Amino acid sequence: MNSPDPQTPPKGSFVTEKALKRLKKRHAAEARFKFYGQAAIGIAVVALCTLLVSIIGQATSAFSRNVLSFDVTIAASEVDPEGTKDPEEIARNVSGFNLLLQDSLSEQFLPEDAGRPLQRELYGLFTRLAVLPIARKTADNMSTIGTRQTFDVALADDVDLFLKGGVTDRKNINLGGLQAITGSLEDGVQIRLKDDATIKRLDDALSDFTPEGTDTSKPTALVNIGDTWFRLAGRDGAALDLTYIAGTRSLPSEAAKTTALVLAQSQENRTLSDRQIAWTMILKKEGRIQSVFNTSLFTHSDSTYPELAGAAAAIVGSLLTMLITALLAIPVGIFAAVYLEEFAKKNRLTDFIEVNINNLAAVPSIVFGLLGAAVFINFLGMPRSVPLVGGLVLGLLVLPTVIIASRAALKSVPPSIRTAALGVGASKTQSVFHHVLPLAAPGILTGSIIGMARALGETAPLLLIGMVAFVAEVPDGPMDESTVLPVLIYKWSTGAERAWEPMTAAAIIILLIFLVMMNLIAIILRRRFERRW
Amino acid sequence: MLETFGHLPVSWLLFAVVAAAGFVAFFVGRTNAVAIANGGTARLNSQPNYHGYFVAMATVVPAILVLGLYSLVGDSVVRGELANELPQRIRDLSQIELSQYIDRIAEHAARRDAQATGNALFDAASARYTDLLGISRLVAIALALLAAGAGFFMARRKLAVEFRARARVEDGIKLVLFLCAAIAVLTTIGIVASLLFEAVRFFSKVNFFSFIFGTEWNAQTGADFGAIPLFFGTFMIASLAMLVAAPIGLLSAIYLSEYASARFRSVVKPVLELLAGIPTVVYGFFALQFVAPVVRAAATWINALPFVPDTFLAAQPTSALAAGLVMGVMIIPFVSSLSDDVINAVPQTLRDGAYAMGATKSETVKQVVMPAALPGVIAALLLAVSRAIGETMIVVMAAGQRAQITGDPTADLTTITVQIVALLTGDTEFDSPKTLSAFALGFVLFIVTLIFNLIALRVVQKYREKYE
Repeated sequence: MNSPDPQTPPKGSFVTEKALKRLKKRHAAEARFKFYGQAAIGIAVVALCTLLVSIIGQATSAFSRNVLSFDVTIAASEVDPEGTKDPEEIARNVSGFNLLLQDSLSEQFLPEDAGRPLQRELYGLFTRLAVLPIARKTADNMSTIGTRQTFDVALADDVDLFLKGGVTDRKNINLGGLQAITGSLEDGVQIRLKDDATIKRLDDALSDFTPEGTDTSKPTALVNIGDTWFRLAGRDGAALDLTYIAGTRSLPSEAAKTTALVLAQSQENRTLSDRQIAWTMILKKEGRIQSVFNTSLFTHSDSTYPELAGAAAAIVGSLLTMLITALLAIPVGIFAAVYLEEFAKKNRLTDFIEVNINNLAAVPSIVFGLLGAAVFINFLGMPRSVPLVGGLVLGLLVLPTVIIASRAALKSVPPSIRTAALGVGASKTQSVFHHVLPLAAPGILTGSIIGMARALGETAPLLLIGMVAFVAEVPDGPMDESTVLPVLIYKWSTGAERAWEPMTAAAIIILLIFLVMMNLIAIILRRRFERRW
Repeated sequence: MLETFGHLPVSWLLFAVVAAAGFVAFFVGRTNAVAIANGGTARLNSQPNYHGYFVAMATVVPAILVLGLYSLVGDSVVRGELANELPQRIRDLSQIELSQYIDRIAEHAARRDAQATGNALFDAASARYTDLLGISRLVAIALALLAAGAGFFMARRKLAVEFRARARVEDGIKLVLFLCAAIAVLTTIGIVASLLFEAVRFFSKVNFFSFIFGTEWNAQTGADFGAIPLFFGTFMIASLAMLVAAPIGLLSAIYLSEYASARFRSVVKPVLELLAGIPTVVYGFFALQFVAPVVRAAATWINALPFVPDTFLAAQPTSALAAGLVMGVMIIPFVSSLSDDVINAVPQTLRDGAYAMGATKSETVKQVVMPAALPGVIAALLLAVSRAIGETMIVVMAAGQRAQITGDPTADLTTITVQIVALLTGDTEFDSPKTLSAFALGFVLFIVTLIFNLIALRVVQKYREKYE
């Protein structure tokens, strides 16, 4: 038998050269198409990862906080000037505690004759209300008055941000030892460095930070010799002219360690002055500034100062709102599903209800906010900004979701169960409530939890019923003014100061943790109770 | 006595009383039924428990109806009575002023620790308000007790050996179930009524056509209400979002349902669903913090190219593009999971037929599966568009506020939802055209999304029935 000639395929075969070419093309198209699919999934996954990573990255700095620890004798004359011995009075006496803190700082840093501007600069290291926790602690434990105590106070947001690497770019340069130091603190100090190579490094750092084409924003160099801080005023070859800004008020010795802190921006362009930075660095060197876990995020309520703000009120508000939502949406949703799935005859009315529910599930959430504003607040005269109204609005919002999920769960219970119940003499209602509903319960529960998770993340409708109000107190009940986590996130994200950004991200993480927990519960329930009939 | 009653948190008290009455009625009914049967409960048509339920139901329901009615109208009756008793010079005030005055009285009266204000009339009115409230509550409670008692005795008289208590109780349960189902309809009615009512009030102040066709929008100052720029902004951002979501969502659905292994699918599907579970405010923050600066930098870079005029792109800090991109990512899971469902619903026989003809997988998808799934896919896309139009937080945070019509995606644009939020946060008086315009916008939004949803749901339903 002759083997077929590979060059000329037999007549009538499909395997022509043209066909092979076409096949190659078709396979290429196949591979391309598959790649498109993979690329699409890849983009979606990358987008998700970017989102999570960027938010977690931002949030990490908000979970820690820099605090200043200071020793102070709690003088009764300061914290309780009128001698009331009333804990509430003391807790409210913010200015008294502020004076304690300010005195202890100015004793260390300010000369006797320091003017108001200098004082204000120093006291700007922390916010007025930062002493509030101390005041409360003292009020709780009155016996500490008159004794010496150590407290931690939160530093102002700008200082905190600076310590975390924000505010301005910077570079630390070790200048090595000094050859000579002359002049006086009042009129300016001249130093000469031992090693000329360090001058070059300083120059490089300065020119690195000088933006091209503009000379409005010049970098600043702060020079630290021993415990004294200077600003670089000018340079003549290897000799540096320095101006005293902070620290020990005496000419440092030549043996002292010399470093330079080069900052990308001059003090006009940043939120912290040179002096404040120097004070911060001194305090840090003394070990009095520490980074601690930011518990105030969970224990404090909202505040106008980012370093004091916390999400406690919003978490409680969210829980209260969720409670109302659950009380409305879950029973009503389940009963509605039972009616539609088990009792409703197929007629116009039930058809209409069904279409209606499907439609309602796709109505934009903000429309529910309009409903709440018009009906609950304007028409029924309910108060604004309370969890009761928020819960009602969200309850109506998730009701269709719960109904649809519950119907699916009821539908998956096989008819044999119902028939068996009816067969032993149960009524229709008994068969549903004693047999079908318990068997459908896991599915219903899963659907309800997912619906509640949706309600927990909802923001827009709550803005319209006024839950965006500033709430400084943890709400006590569903009729108290309050806010919820997503709205807090929205509010913080619009804050002007930079420090709000990590705070917002941290609040987002808290919200996401709640959501993940709810979804995990739903998944576990589904896994554990899923049943194949 | 009256005063204390005017101050009490009555609702909790009543709840307890009604619940207790229900329990008592249940046990009385049950005991009665057993007594009727002389212990031979098997002779009863329904079990004793059902007799108990029946009596409890007959007792509690009338009381609840009375109290529910009171909670709806009681307050306005009290206010009307108080208004009648106020001196003539106050009653001569305009309707709004009078109701504000009474609001203040009610607020003052509600505070138990309220001090006398020194204004004799106000204090007297406040005390009188508390008294009236007390009276009205006592009357309501008396009526409720009366109704409960009547129901209780009527129900007890009905109990008999052959009384079908179970059927009665179950009728009641069915009614409750039906009412629950009706709440969804009531919600829709509430939405339509409130939007329509406020929108009509708005259009009595602002010409309908100048709203629909006007091109100037300055609602904050109450000057111009031409909504075209808002419609344009909404359309623009929704289109950008769909440009991202439609191809990515569709292609990933195809890959997941046709190519992916079961294991890959079981990992990737939940990950995509995760995107749908992230709250929109988080997307908004992401858009504002990370995407908007990138978009802006890219636009500035394009502007700096030598052959591009300097002001070619607006390069705003907030932009339609940033909002659209992020919204697209948010919508991906809707498109993909809905399309996944329709693609899976295409019967395997159609695919097998195509393979038997020698088609490759992609050819099968493109020429057999997709045409068969097309109506469902279109429905999915319509639902996604409706989502994009109604989405609020992303655009509020990242799209900007300027009402303008421009083809430049890096300019900041505003949308219907952004304006609703802007108009309704803060003080809201419900009679200024500024506030009412938000409801007019809401009405437009509702109608547009309703149309999209209806078409989509109809298509999905029709399409599903074809293969079943």
